[in-house]
Amino acid sequence: MKNNISLHTVAQISVFIVLSFSFYLLFAGHNNPGGGFIGALMAASAIVLLYVSFDLKTIKNVLPLYYPYFIATGLLIAMGTGVSSTLFGYPFLTQFFQYTTLPILGEVELTTALMFDLGVFIVVIGIALLIITTIAEDDE
Amino acid sequence: MSNFLTLPILLPMFIGTILIFFAKKHKLQRVIAGFSALSLLGVAIYLGYIVYTDPSQIITLEIGDWPAPFGIVLVADMFATMMVILSSIVGVVCLFFAFKTIHSDREKFYFYPFYFYLLTGVNGAFLTGDMFNLFVFFEVMLISSYVLIVHGGTGYQLRESFKYVVMNMVASAFFLVALAYLYATTGTLNMADLAERVQVLEQEGILNGIAILFLFVFGAKGALFPLYFWLPKSYYGPPAAISALFGGLLTKVGIYAIIRVFTLIFVHNTEFTHTIILILAGGTMFFGVLGAVSQFDFKRILSYHIISQVGYMVMGLGVYTPLALAGAIYYIAHHIIVKSALFLFAGATQKITGTTELKKMGGLLKTHPWLGWLFFISAMSLAGIPPLSGFFSKFALILAAVQKESYYIVVVALVVGILTLFSMMKIFMYAFWGEPKISQDKVNRKEMFALLRPIIPLVVLTICLGFFAEPIFQYSLGVSEQILDPANYVNAVLGK
Repeated sequence: MKNNISLHTVAQISVFIVLSFSFYLLFAGHNNPGGGFIGALMAASAIVLLYVSFDLKTIKNVLPLYYPYFIATGLLIAMGTGVSSTLFGYPFLTQFFQYTTLPILGEVELTTALMFDLGVFIVVIGIALLIITTIAEDDE
Repeated sequence: MSNFLTLPILLPMFIGTILIFFAKKHKLQRVIAGFSALSLLGVAIYLGYIVYTDPSQIITLEIGDWPAPFGIVLVADMFATMMVILSSIVGVVCLFFAFKTIHSDREKFYFYPFYFYLLTGVNGAFLTGDMFNLFVFFEVMLISSYVLIVHGGTGYQLRESFKYVVMNMVASAFFLVALAYLYATTGTLNMADLAERVQVLEQEGILNGIAILFLFVFGAKGALFPLYFWLPKSYYGPPAAISALFGGLLTKVGIYAIIRVFTLIFVHNTEFTHTIILILAGGTMFFGVLGAVSQFDFKRILSYHIISQVGYMVMGLGVYTPLALAGAIYYIAHHIIVKSALFLFAGATQKITGTTELKKMGGLLKTHPWLGWLFFISAMSLAGIPPLSGFFSKFALILAAVQKESYYIVVVALVVGILTLFSMMKIFMYAFWGEPKISQDKVNRKEMFALLRPIIPLVVLTICLGFFAEPIFQYSLGVSEQILDPANYVNAVLGK
């Protein structure tokens, strides 16, 4: 596969569409269908699309990511969200939310559950890509 | 409400996560891991203390501020806190033994993070008050154990851990099925709520079916007869520090779950369920010890002994009197400590002789007297020789069985006791008596003491458990009376 410019072009564009939809899912979650887990799988699929259409080495140069740190960071964020409520004397993992009006976006619900979901998002991206790249590197 | 309850779960999880960042720096990992394991032990003991001094002796926490039957609760009663303390003790000891014996290649491949995640799962399973949450913590524990059991990736480990994984996956699938049945029948998964509803629900047939399904699930994880076949081979593979942790803790989580479920929830028809448990206990003891008698390998004998001793604990539940359960609880404490110590001794002898086959060893008592005599103490404790801890726990169990006039199980327990003594003496005679067979000393005196240092606290503990049998037995009686009266638990959780 030397001359696959159409694949590359389509992949580069669709990756952004898939990634933005994955963020939509992340923010939509909690009260509507969506959430950190499903959003992260979608984001991971976008990056896998890059791995498939280019190759492992190229993408490693472009995105020098070390996935185990993703897992650790995500876990720390999720745990931190849970622990933060104990600092104010509430039980572990108690969630708080508030409706605020932001410029451009209008009225949005700000909730601590979103932070937890963000942690899950990062963990799942890390795990999915770690598994896929480990298997892919296996035959070298 | 006390957020302190989350600490035995959160602390190891946090440390495990932090250690992912330092995976390649094994010195730093050891320092962090060592200090945090010690602080975990401190946390566990303090939790045990506040639960013991609490007027109701049960502390609960409604996670996320969701009220009790709907949200997940953490419940620390005396049984749970005792198990948390024991798991932390074994966690510290095996970790320090791992510092001396685990190869640094293994350390770099996330040994310590998974070690702490395993402790997270174990402590979570002890502290949770929700059946589904119990399943989740079982999975946390099992997934970490899958990693640890195959860690290092020798051919033998890969082959045997595959069986281990398949066995546990099947059991977990049935766990989920059992939970679904339970939820469909009662409409709740909160243990306290279940305890109430099962008593008033006049559906004996289906509840018996669910109870047996749970017994199957926990029996497979706790290595009960006839589901123990995976255990001896899979525990033989990994390094001694991991075998010791598994041998001391993992099956006991299954046993803890059996005792919890069959004292709190499924007590609607003890004639039926607890008789089955008693029969299984007899089978487990007897066939486990036969396996041990037939083996000639240090670690394999110890692995088979795990099975036979799990039988004693379940026997206490099967007899189902306060004295029997107190004996079972005492036995769990004794077993966790002694079994871990013995596995670590196996690791130390393997380090000296380079093998675990008894016929290739010999004369270690001459070259390493300290190792020999400390092993002798633990072996005698396991076999139940007074005044060590094994004697008092077996004595209570057998006394309770005689009082209940279940003579068959008494006979089985006594025969198994003799065979245990026989197989422990076999190890002692082959490995420690006779002429030294190793030509040169691979491990010098200083290294020897470095290996023994983590084990000595366990040996001291088993001696103390024996010499202070009276107060400790009073404590176990307190625990057993508490778990035999589910009303305490229900009131504490549902706040009535």
